Amino acid sequence: MTGHAVAAQAALAGQADKGTVKRGGRTAAWSAAGSGAAVAVLAYLPFAVFTSTTQTILTFFELVTLASMWNLLAGYAGLVSVGQQAYIGLGAYAVLAFSDWGVQPFLGVLLAALACAAIALPTSLLAFRLRGDYFAVGTWVIAEVYHVAVTRDNSLGGGSGRALTTLSGLDPTLRDAITYWVGLGVAVASVAGCYLLLRGRLGLALTAVRDNEVAAGSAGVDVTRAKRVVYLIAAAGTGAAGAVVLVSQLNVNPDSIFDVRWTAEMIFITVIGGIGTIEGPVLGAVLYTVVQRVFSGAGVWYLILLGSAAVAAAVWLPRGLWGLASSGRLRLSLFPIGYTVVPGRGAVDAAGFSRSGPGPRSPTRQGPDPESSG
Amino acid sequence: MNARQDPDTQADDSALLSVRGLTVHHGQLRAVADLDLDIAPGETVAVIGANGAGKSTLLGALAGILRPSAGTIRFAGRDVTGLPAHRRVAEGICLVPEGRRLFPSLTVEENLLTGAYRRRPGPWSVEAVMDLFPWMRERRGQSAARLSGGEQQAVALGRALVGNPRLLLLDEVSLGLAPAVVQRIYALLPALLNGHSPAQGISVLLVEQDVAQALKVADRVHCLLEGRVALSGRPAELTARQVERAYFGPTRPRDSAA
Amino acid sequence: MIWVDALVQGLLLGGLYALFACGLSLMFGVMRIVNLAHGDFAVLAAFLAYSLATATPLGTLGATLLLVPAFAAFGYLVQRGLIQRALTVGPLSTLLATFGLSIVIQNALLQGYSGDTRALNPGSLVSASLHLGGGIDVAYLALITFGLAVAVLAALQLFLKISRTGRMLRAASDDPGAAALVGADARHLYGIAAALAFGTVALAGLMFAMRSSFDPSIGPTRLLYAFEAVVIGGLGSLWGTLIGGMVLGLAQTFGAQYDPAFTLLSGHLVFLAVLAFRPQGLIPARSMS
Repeated sequence: MTGHAVAAQAALAGQADKGTVKRGGRTAAWSAAGSGAAVAVLAYLPFAVFTSTTQTILTFFELVTLASMWNLLAGYAGLVSVGQQAYIGLGAYAVLAFSDWGVQPFLGVLLAALACAAIALPTSLLAFRLRGDYFAVGTWVIAEVYHVAVTRDNSLGGGSGRALTTLSGLDPTLRDAITYWVGLGVAVASVAGCYLLLRGRLGLALTAVRDNEVAAGSAGVDVTRAKRVVYLIAAAGTGAAGAVVLVSQLNVNPDSIFDVRWTAEMIFITVIGGIGTIEGPVLGAVLYTVVQRVFSGAGVWYLILLGSAAVAAAVWLPRGLWGLASSGRLRLSLFPIGYTVVPGRGAVDAAGFSRSGPGPRSPTRQGPDPESSG
Repeated sequence: MNARQDPDTQADDSALLSVRGLTVHHGQLRAVADLDLDIAPGETVAVIGANGAGKSTLLGALAGILRPSAGTIRFAGRDVTGLPAHRRVAEGICLVPEGRRLFPSLTVEENLLTGAYRRRPGPWSVEAVMDLFPWMRERRGQSAARLSGGEQQAVALGRALVGNPRLLLLDEVSLGLAPAVVQRIYALLPALLNGHSPAQGISVLLVEQDVAQALKVADRVHCLLEGRVALSGRPAELTARQVERAYFGPTRPRDSAA
Repeated sequence: MIWVDALVQGLLLGGLYALFACGLSLMFGVMRIVNLAHGDFAVLAAFLAYSLATATPLGTLGATLLLVPAFAAFGYLVQRGLIQRALTVGPLSTLLATFGLSIVIQNALLQGYSGDTRALNPGSLVSASLHLGGGIDVAYLALITFGLAVAVLAALQLFLKISRTGRMLRAASDDPGAAALVGADARHLYGIAAALAFGTVALAGLMFAMRSSFDPSIGPTRLLYAFEAVVIGGLGSLWGTLIGGMVLGLAQTFGAQYDPAFTLLSGHLVFLAVLAFRPQGLIPARSMS
């Protein structure tokens, strides 16, 4: 369809070869193969390396999941949440609650994801009444509410938390391996899920909303529904990650599982890695895991460094490292979700200028940006 | 007035406003291309042209909202090309923007008072504007958001006048207003602008879709086409056919021979 | 009688919350952003006052008189230097930058002062109370805080309504582009808004420090209370912020009477209830969409 439109345009403008529309090029094919190979290697690891290594990589899986979900919310749906730790905690406690009812904890991870999506539905009805930055703080308050609510339930351990005991019959090495594979599965599902989601209609709707919400609405996009769907999916993914955290730690403490520091990590990883891209959170998680290992002894200074890096990234590197890679000459895209129009030879653009190099910079607005946020 | 560029043309410092080689881009699109323009003190100049011809972009560059990619703007002998928008009022350039853009959470009187924020000395004041539009005095405490289009236009005009500009920029004053209202506003213009000698008067550069109105009030008119001046002259000296051709461009087959 | 006591304490607590909240409300009203480090700056002020009061002959009052205007000036600089840059980058950037700031401040305080709690000595005011009938004691400190809150809010309201700069602030919050057209540098005006926000939150932090002990980690909860007070009271209304603060204070003190563990949760629940049933707040001034 679009190929015809391009051809018609080209014919109008004069002699030109027919252009084409493609979704991914050779790079995408290679990256798909590469990703598959990487996953296979990762899956093999429990047979090859010590538990301490797989533990680190498991943390990496948790971070990839969390960051991908936060990126889905903030980078694609424009919902900046500073309260995703709510679902980490709820996911963890869900596994605990389900295990009390006799459910196998590994299966409980899946159920926890579903439970979080279910809780996210009424939560969104409240949260969506706030906009912009106020939405962000509102999600934080809601997370605190869940935190306090859970702390008051003594069957779940009250203020000091509880341990997960139903896995103690299992051989520790096997248990760690299965936990690792579950973590890998959750991470792969998150990234692949984002990719497939955003390639489809929802992705198109979200891009429209991101560009101009009002216009998208009048073009027939149900903006609120699209955002709500993303919110529920993000809750499910985050809940799954929280469940994995519980299963790997074998106990939970409400103050630490509901700590806003989880969100700080998600934000840091996503923004440094590259918000609004699928590759960004993965890259950011790799970087963060490495930095965390290297600096873990530095205590408070490490956090000061992290915070400063976040401030610097906010101002100077808003599109993150992957943004640098994908917007420069490289135009790298491992998981392409957009469309590229490849013009045929001799094509001209609408204003009658021939397609040569990049044009002059657009006029810069002097003074502060009149478009305000929120 | 030169319709084509002349690289050796010096800016005319006897003119109040002197634009040379102005080029403004919107992304890859060149909205204003190598434009030259002069406005004398007290003169009213109209800029007409089809949508996308570059009229509002020109005003944007003159008001400082858009940064030109090339060219110079000299005002009262000073180079103001790179001067930020908020410093231009003190220089004497006031823009009445497209769509009025009053401050909705302020009252009528407060909107006028904002015009006085960086006012230059001169005869115009909030009281003087209210003398001109007595209804504003009666409804001074009313929220600006509740005014009709024509009333908003009057307040926007008043807001710009309170700054005592030397050059008043009007962007599509007629937009969204009933013809009768537009006529009333344009009828006011001569009274607003001076009354004394042209040298003491306010120069006006107005951008208009309503060609008839523009030709009625202007001393000179420029017609823009694709960012360049396609036609210039005094309204009395221009024929309708000339204007039409400059407005739409020579796209019709029977014109290409002429 | 305990309930009357809770009522009085709650209302007075509301004054403190309103002080915390007015800066947040102002910055959001003018710039549409939330400074996620808002509460942390209050805590920073408290620690600096502690250092000044203990290490110099200034004392608590002297430290207060010095720090509040100093923080206002500091706020102007932070706005012009950092937040403004983030503003031009995009909507996410200010959240991220201030979030990063929050982490830096908390941990820098931790590094500099350790995690131990401190308290600010308000002098002879600390134990003095007004003894009303029926066993109700009202601390002078609480009264003074409430009085300060009302005075600050009134002054802010007056400033916005009458002064030239205040009027331009309101104009710039409507339409910064049009404000530029009448000669207003929105960056400068934003700086003024930030200065007012930082000054008031510093004052709030100091008044808080005089009545409670504090440590580097309490900044975020101050932010949450300020936020709840703003939402309960009504976005865009300064007096609404006072009402919101008082409602929040009441919710907390009544909740505490019922069960001390319920203190915070009651406040949160009232916030959620307002969000559910009256999202525009109790005293909405204008719609924030």
